[in-house]
Amino acid sequence: MRQIPILKIGELLLVSIQIDLQDQTVVALQEDLAEEIVRTGARGVIIDISAVDIVDSFIGRMFSTIAAMSRLMDAETVVVGMRPAVAITLVELGLSLDGVRTALDLEQGMRLLESSLGER
Amino acid sequence: MTTPPGGEPVGDVPVVSNDDVVRVRQIVRSAADSAGFSLVDQTKIVTAAGELARNTLVHGGGGTAVIERSVNDRRKAGLRIVFTDRGPGIPDVEQALTDGWSTGNGLGLGLSGARRLVDEFTLESAVGEGTTVTVVKWIR
Amino acid sequence: MSGESGGTAETHMSDLLRSRRDAVLGRWVELVTEGTRGRITEREVRTELTELYDLVERALGDDDGTTGGELRAALGDISRNRARQGFSPTETATSVYALKRAVHEQLKESGDERGHAGFIEFSAYIDELGLATFEAYAAAREQVISDQAEQLLELSTPVVKLWDGILALPLVGTLDSARTQVVMETMLQTLADTGSRYAVIDITGVPAVDTEVAQHLLKTVMAARLMGAECVISGIRPQIAYTIAALGIEFGDIVTKASLADALEHALRGSGLRVVGGTDA
Repeated sequence: MRQIPILKIGELLLVSIQIDLQDQTVVALQEDLAEEIVRTGARGVIIDISAVDIVDSFIGRMFSTIAAMSRLMDAETVVVGMRPAVAITLVELGLSLDGVRTALDLEQGMRLLESSLGER
Repeated sequence: MTTPPGGEPVGDVPVVSNDDVVRVRQIVRSAADSAGFSLVDQTKIVTAAGELARNTLVHGGGGTAVIERSVNDRRKAGLRIVFTDRGPGIPDVEQALTDGWSTGNGLGLGLSGARRLVDEFTLESAVGEGTTVTVVKWIR
Repeated sequence: MSGESGGTAETHMSDLLRSRRDAVLGRWVELVTEGTRGRITEREVRTELTELYDLVERALGDDDGTTGGELRAALGDISRNRARQGFSPTETATSVYALKRAVHEQLKESGDERGHAGFIEFSAYIDELGLATFEAYAAAREQVISDQAEQLLELSTPVVKLWDGILALPLVGTLDSARTQVVMETMLQTLADTGSRYAVIDITGVPAVDTEVAQHLLKTVMAARLMGAECVISGIRPQIAYTIAALGIEFGDIVTKASLADALEHALRGSGLRVVGGTDA
């Protein structure tokens, strides 16, 4: 039973993180997502972190890894809903989340994906 | 400015598994909240605690985290957390503190980042004996 | 009072205060009631001063100064109450000094030589207490000032909506590190709350910027970017541009515009909007 559910919405996969992330959960999520992208042929992944209050280096790297991995499978990733306190902390940590696109909320995230998918 | 030890204890947590890292974060979060830290400062100290707890586990082979409330000589309140392990120790502390793991290579100890999130940061390490990292954050 | 200068003089004073309590306390109450000119009833004065009197008597007889803390706390309370009632700190201190006069009168009357000798020390002690009331008063005023400063801070850092999805943060006045941080955090929260993709930080009204403030601005822009929004900084005066460059702070690819208007145009364009002239229908 997956700790973090992955929902399919059209060509997109939506991951909504609601729990306190443990390292193993992070690793499991990466693997589950890879599986799902292949299985569904999804072209986009949205990771909703609006309920997440702590993002540390491990989780930050997870986002980068997922973004890189998705791209290899012809899918784009967007992380949405990052809280201000989290953003401020990440800047202080020095984590730049290279290669990870972000949007303020789900709606803007989907628009972002749709426009970039439209370009392809 | 170092603060005298001996504050009011909040928690003494063994750090020997991934669950413990989460536990440390939760205890620190609740302590920071009840101490009156702002949301941003709470996020910073909890994130730093998580990073250091993970270091203790992954690089130190496991250890302990001691959390206590503290008051400095200017009557400011804050939290002090001490991470101890009996692991291999850090041979080049200078390098560890400037090591940029933000380059994303997965190596490096995340110490420099955690240091920027707190007000006071001390690290003692001896090769073959272990490492102790003490961090303090004051309420603004 | 310090232990070195002869415990006997102090304990003698303590004894005197005890043995001549009615006379000294009575005179003290009389003097203070006169001084307050009807603003406090004699009964209230007596209650206040009796407590103080007892504490002073104990403090003088004390070896280890434990009563001192209680005494200062009581003085602090009286000081704050008086301040609230509209008394000046001098008036409150004078009430404390009146005890000296009452004691001195007693000493003269009774021809107490030993008491006279110890009086100078006693006098100095009372002086200290009087000053303590001043300090309590000052501390209370500081608190009021600090509370007002906070309120002013909230008033002077508005985040306004320029257009759908475009916020503006017009900063005015000198920025210090603390204020800048608060302002920036507020702005980021507003970006999140309103789902605005652009924030224009206008610093036309800011005369100077130091390293810390520049760093905060920079970090805020990076944080906004991480969240999925863009910041545009407008109104950078030549002096500030020079300071930032001289400090070696890299503003990198952060968009900066000379005026708020230019910044708005940039944000509108980025949002896929254009301003078009219309004909009057």
